[in-house]
Amino acid sequence: MTRPAEGHDPQPLFELIEVEKVYMVRRPGSVFSTAKVGLPALDGVRLKIRKGASVAIVGESGSGKSTLLRVLLGLTRPTEGRALYQGRPIDEVRAEGREFARQVAMVYQDARGSLNPRMTIGALIAEPLRHFAICPETDLPARVKALLARVGLPAEVADRYPSALSGGQVRRVAIARALASEPTVLVADEAVSGLDVSTQAQLLNLLRRLQREMALTLVFITHDLGVASYLCEDIAIMYLGRIVETGPTNAVLNAPAHPYARALRRAAPEFFAPITEPLPGEIPSPLDLPPGCRFSGRCDRVQPDCHLSDPALLRFGGPAANRAAACFYPLTESPTAPQKRDIHA
Amino acid sequence: MMDAAPPAVVPTRRPRTRRSLFLRRPFFTLALIVALGFVLCAAFAPLIAPYNPTLQSIEAMMVPPGGEHVLGTDSYGQDILSRIIYGARYALVIAFFAILIGATGGLVLGTAAGLTTGKVEWVLMRLIDSILALPSLILAIAVIAILGQGVDKVVIAVGISMIGPFSRTVRADVLQVSSQLFVEAAGLMSISRLTVIRRHILPNIAFPLAVQITVRVSEAILVSSSLSFLGIGVTPPTPDWGLMIAEGRGFVSFAPWMSGMPGMALALLLIALAIVGDGIREEFDPKMRGGQ
Ligand SMILES: Nc1ncnc2c1ncn2[C@@H]1O[C@H](COP(=O)(O)OP(=O)(O)OP(=O)(O)O)[C@@H](O)[C@H]1O
Ligand SMILES: [Mg+2]
Repeated sequence: MTRPAEGHDPQPLFELIEVEKVYMVRRPGSVFSTAKVGLPALDGVRLKIRKGASVAIVGESGSGKSTLLRVLLGLTRPTEGRALYQGRPIDEVRAEGREFARQVAMVYQDARGSLNPRMTIGALIAEPLRHFAICPETDLPARVKALLARVGLPAEVADRYPSALSGGQVRRVAIARALASEPTVLVADEAVSGLDVSTQAQLLNLLRRLQREMALTLVFITHDLGVASYLCEDIAIMYLGRIVETGPTNAVLNAPAHPYARALRRAAPEFFAPITEPLPGEIPSPLDLPPGCRFSGRCDRVQPDCHLSDPALLRFGGPAANRAAACFYPLTESPTAPQKRDIHA
Repeated sequence: MMDAAPPAVVPTRRPRTRRSLFLRRPFFTLALIVALGFVLCAAFAPLIAPYNPTLQSIEAMMVPPGGEHVLGTDSYGQDILSRIIYGARYALVIAFFAILIGATGGLVLGTAAGLTTGKVEWVLMRLIDSILALPSLILAIAVIAILGQGVDKVVIAVGISMIGPFSRTVRADVLQVSSQLFVEAAGLMSISRLTVIRRHILPNIAFPLAVQITVRVSEAILVSSSLSFLGIGVTPPTPDWGLMIAEGRGFVSFAPWMSGMPGMALALLLIALAIVGDGIREEFDPKMRGGQ
């Protein structure tokens, strides 16, 4: 479950508190100077992920989704704020040993790049099995075969190299490999995008079954709202490094509160259908954010004071207490408190 | 892959792919035959050579090519063909061991420089840079100046002079491979750094290293011959091509075969090795092979 600010659940599995991640990049257009400017890939992200939850993270390209995953996995340290796993800083938990690595598995956006080209598929899947001592050495081949079967690949694939597999097959191998360590959390970056509809459906069914049966916690990045609503109870919509709306997927998609969420929803009218009309305007560069609300430049409901300060992600009152949006003029029930000016602006 | 194909396809496909490599690259095939010829000469020199390569004869001094001495004799009456055949032995053996030293040193130094950061990397990089600052021949001369002459010294000198170029390419490959996602993924799985290096990084730099070796064999031969030509490599009367070219230099105007024949042998071997190296690289480099 994703909630802004304080939640009542005992202890969330993952908790991001005002996480910021600033990449230092060369100032664009400067060929000779080495002056660096900060690029805020994440800017004040608050997110709680309960055990057993399934969270979809959606947003345009460059909105910071992959960066958010890297912070969750402890691959990058946030420049500001705290990233916690069971109440303790993620990099500390990671440094302690392999337990975190076994519990939290990752499916990369670039599945082919995440597989060593000089190892066979069998060796690639056996690697985590052996590393985490999941099963005795003699059971390895059977276990590899079972994992391959689980993602719908024939056993012969085990002797091939990744270069001899198609993009969709490589994606399945990456999923099989992630499942090998019997994780409790699966983090997937665009794990099913770019696949044909039937393959996609097969993998989505597999993931949903695993999620139900093994109480897998799922953090799923996708561009596809249909995938998000099929697989995930909760959704977090990102825009330029900030979560602009969170809540139960169906509630958010049926009645979006943030104008950006509505625009995304409108752009994808049917499940599994391609995007029909692009959002108006260009996504601004994170190096050059507009003043005030970062969506104000593209918003069709923009008011003069939207340009003055940045709205915070605040919870709704009343029956929709599990939803939150970062907008001064949300489309559905207004937040309980009148929107305070964001201290992070 | 093969066994998945219908049985009728298998017999027709196999020979075609095998034949095509040699048919498609006639120069490669020719060069390979020439290079293998030199290797055979080196291996079976005592059986092939018509004369003892160091047998001097006052009756047969500076005999022109043809007749009893196919490629003529030199100013000591030594048979040039026999000396060239034995010379192949020295050229290839020196190149082999020099490459062994260069590639091993380059692998260690380049891998270390590619995997470390901060001060250690700085020191290693300056070390590699300083080796690279001197051309291989100059560096080899410097080493010879310290060690003295002889076949073993030439091997060491040429080997050391090759460490620099090998380290540079190995380091570049290590950096390229370590930035790949599968290395990060292994780290994410909490696989220890040493295992990641052994299992994921080194196997991926082995192929480019093998290509480097085929390309650099000819350089090693050239540098070792140059040392002998300059008179600081192997000592006479060893049948070394560089030495033979140097010895014939004074007689070029009236006995051109004395320098010309070993010179041609050297040029032929270098060209053949270069073509073979290029062919191997183009044929087997995964990056050039396309997404097969
Ligand atoms: N290592 C890096 N160095 C500098 N900038 C980076 C780096 N990684 C990401 N960024 C920048 O951070 C921003 C967010 O990137 P991120 O990869 O998180 O986007 P994303 O939402 O995953 O996009 P996509 O859907 O295309 O994968 C982008 O503007 C990107 O240019
Ligand atoms: Mg991404």
